[in-house]
Amino acid sequence: MRPLTEEETRVMFEKIAKYIGENLQLLVDRPDGTYCFRLHNDRVYYVSEKMLKLAANIAGDKLVSLGTCFGKFTKTHKFRLHVTALDYLAPYAKYKVWIKPGAEQSFLYGNHVLKSGLGRITENTAQYQGVVVYSMADVPLGFGVAAKSTQDCRKVDPMAIVVFHQADIGEYIRHEETLT
Amino acid sequence: MGRKLDPTKEKRGPGRKAGKQKGAETELVRFLPAAAEENSKRLSSRARKRAAKRRLGSIEASKTSKPLGTKLSPGELRKEAVQTQGKKRPAPAHSSDEEEEEEDSEEDGEVEQRALWDSEDSDAEMVDDYGANLNSEDEGEKLLPIERAARKQKAQEAAAGDQWSDEEIDEEEEMSPESGSTKDEADRGLQINVDEEEFILPPAGEMEQDTQAPDLQRVHKRIQDIVGVLRDFGVQREEGRSRSEYLNRLQKDLATYYSYGDFLLGKLMELFPVSELIEFLEANEVPRPITLRTNTLKTRRRDLAQALINRGVNLDPLGKWSKTGLVVYDSSVPIGATPEYLAGHYMLQGASSMLPVMALAPQEHERILDMCCAPGGKTSYIAQLMKNTGVILANDANAERLKSVVGNLHRLGVTNAIISHYDGRQFPKVVGGFDRVLLDAPCSGTGVISKDPAVKTNKDEKDVLRCAHLQKELLLSAIDSVNAASKTGGYLVYCTCSIMVEENEWVVDYALKKRNVRLVPTGLDFGQEGFTRFRERRFHPTLRSTRRFYPHTHNMDGFFIAKFKKFSNSIPQAEIGNSATGTSKNLDLPDLKGQDSSKSENSSQPAKKAKAATKAKPLLQKGQRPKKASFQKLNGISEGADSELSTVPSATKAQMSSRLQDSSQFLGKANVPKKPKRTGKLKGQAQKSQSSEKAASLRQSTLPKGRDTGTPSLPSLSETQATPRLNEHGQTLGKAKGAGKKAKFQKENGTPKDPQVHTVSPLKSSRPPPAKKRKTASGSNRQRLFS
Repeated sequence: MRPLTEEETRVMFEKIAKYIGENLQLLVDRPDGTYCFRLHNDRVYYVSEKMLKLAANIAGDKLVSLGTCFGKFTKTHKFRLHVTALDYLAPYAKYKVWIKPGAEQSFLYGNHVLKSGLGRITENTAQYQGVVVYSMADVPLGFGVAAKSTQDCRKVDPMAIVVFHQADIGEYIRHEETLT
Repeated sequence: MGRKLDPTKEKRGPGRKAGKQKGAETELVRFLPAAAEENSKRLSSRARKRAAKRRLGSIEASKTSKPLGTKLSPGELRKEAVQTQGKKRPAPAHSSDEEEEEEDSEEDGEVEQRALWDSEDSDAEMVDDYGANLNSEDEGEKLLPIERAARKQKAQEAAAGDQWSDEEIDEEEEMSPESGSTKDEADRGLQINVDEEEFILPPAGEMEQDTQAPDLQRVHKRIQDIVGVLRDFGVQREEGRSRSEYLNRLQKDLATYYSYGDFLLGKLMELFPVSELIEFLEANEVPRPITLRTNTLKTRRRDLAQALINRGVNLDPLGKWSKTGLVVYDSSVPIGATPEYLAGHYMLQGASSMLPVMALAPQEHERILDMCCAPGGKTSYIAQLMKNTGVILANDANAERLKSVVGNLHRLGVTNAIISHYDGRQFPKVVGGFDRVLLDAPCSGTGVISKDPAVKTNKDEKDVLRCAHLQKELLLSAIDSVNAASKTGGYLVYCTCSIMVEENEWVVDYALKKRNVRLVPTGLDFGQEGFTRFRERRFHPTLRSTRRFYPHTHNMDGFFIAKFKKFSNSIPQAEIGNSATGTSKNLDLPDLKGQDSSKSENSSQPAKKAKAATKAKPLLQKGQRPKKASFQKLNGISEGADSELSTVPSATKAQMSSRLQDSSQFLGKANVPKKPKRTGKLKGQAQKSQSSEKAASLRQSTLPKGRDTGTPSLPSLSETQATPRLNEHGQTLGKAKGAGKKAKFQKENGTPKDPQVHTVSPLKSSRPPPAKKRKTASGSNRQRLFS
């Protein structure tokens, strides 16, 4: 377990900022204590400092996880955000998409969101902007990338993709093995 | 909660459904033998209602006398299974003599049934009557013919051989001969006669029967007969046949009928009386109801229940004892895959698995260890009770199952957990000093047979003993990981999902003997008390505060829960050197002289301990010992374990500081003779200083406690030992650097002055225990020391 290098931090923050923008600062400076990121086995964990001391006692090969896993660095040092970070992205998300109840199941199986399933979308969403996907009951379902800007979404036909799927909470069951 | 789907209730009124065709039952009435005793047809509607009410009142009593009247018994295969859970039955009180008549006659059974339907209809009539009185009454009757045919058959069987169901239902009923109608008795007598004839067969003949494909019907009947005989053995026994023969036969039959291995069934027969045994076996055939626990980190039980009901799940709150539990009766969607589940709003968890965490009662900002955490249900419950504060170390020895722990904890939004992959026995060496520890030990699984029927046959004597051995080791490690001096904690909960005494009471009793712990009440107000004696074994009387749960009495998985409180961080040594009683009742009494050794050593090196024992360890003050122990524990882990100290109760620090101030002046003196080295253990130097230290410590130990401040170097040694710990970890109380160095050096050299120092090198031999001793004659002390 080690802190992130400058480079890694930059890459990761860029990725996260795609979804929550400048609210990123709120992740680091929290009123209830200092939180930091740690790297372990190529995965980035978001932990409170109080935990770090205890975690330091555990051998590297025996440590499985700590705090919340945000994602992992791939072999080519790109950062990939996992669904486990959703709890932290959702409250600070800048651009949101709500999908209809009928389309929930499809998204939870890993499919992209079609225009027919789109309920609402934040105004001024640019194309390829990172968005967080919600159900109509405001339950965060995952996140993705807007395939069309808000204007385009109005014009396009019902079978066109409007949000590219990147991660959804169905992965807790589908990809249980790869979460760690 | 949940919609009451009652297909039998007739729809009346101007709506669409009222005009639809009625079901097949109504058509069949025309063909079935007309509802015979329908004098009710001739009554007016009012009179019918009154009659129905009268009957209802008389019959309800029988229903309420059933012992398993809780909501948690939807799985029961008794007569009331006929009624669906959704119905709310009125619960009157009534005399019990009605029951007997009822159970013995089929007619009464039918009347009871009809009365229940009638009660519903008559209620409905009062409320919403569109003039269809006749219809409702008829409907009540229409149902009955079909039911009646079935019930006739059932009642025949029941009357013939159903002694043990009678026994359950009619608890007040006398044992066989007096109770029931003469017809029944005659039947039973007949049955037994028939059986006795079988029994008269030579054993070889019986064995022969077994090797053929066993006729389960006959086996079942024989079981019931034998149970009946055993219930009133004096009267019903056959001459010349001993009780053990009947029991053997019963065991074999039960093993055949319920597909158990002989070993397990033998154990169960030791555990339960015969009637309860049958209930237990029956309960294991049926799965327990599905229960789930609301994740209060993300939602409330009320909101979750509402959301699930909207999806089509039929559920209810779990009971008064749980604020977050829900029991699911049936569901039209897979309960483990709803969007609410994926969003982490609830966790599927057995009802009995919620109990150990409730017993543990974790507080906020504590450090908790969950030693065998997979798949993470209890860990997440702990986290939600702590509201994501503090730290939880979730450990499991099985790497595969750890993946599910990671998944579950992330899904449920637990942020204060660290997940590790150690063998539980490696604690507390890895890290110790927890406020609370939960140990859900791996066991033989005899309490969850309904989940895993393979346990019936594949468990053996060896398996149980192996499990027990592992559990004992884990429990001792867990006890050592608890910090007795914790401000808010010092508790350990040990639980298993097994009902075997070898894995439960025996293990707990073992721990009581081996460590400074005692049992405390679990805080659970229901459940059976643990055994204080079982067959040839005798356990400590406080085992009454442990709790046992059974599938057939509580409708949850078999479970055992024990809650310990650790009252001292020292480890008693039972067999070393002189004295050293090391009993569990190791109260912090100034135990004494030779017996000091029992309390003193935490180290596991016998040689060191022996030497220490011979040196007649002085007893620290009550308060000091746990403090030192906690220091030692914290420090023993690693040099970098700065975090440990953060958990040291500030009280101890304060006390230490006061002592330190006393001895601060002495630090200089203490420092003078030694040249401490921070780096590693230097043997040569160690020995050199060891001897001088030894002398100092010997002197120190000879001094009575009261003279702490009097002697310059002696108390300071112990002080400095303590202080530098504080020092190193930055919690300095203003101690000189030198003191720190010295103590560190001492620590490195394994100064046994502080008896709880165990982490340091095993080389350290004759380190006499620290100075704090009661006032005793120096001479006698010295004698002991140099013995």
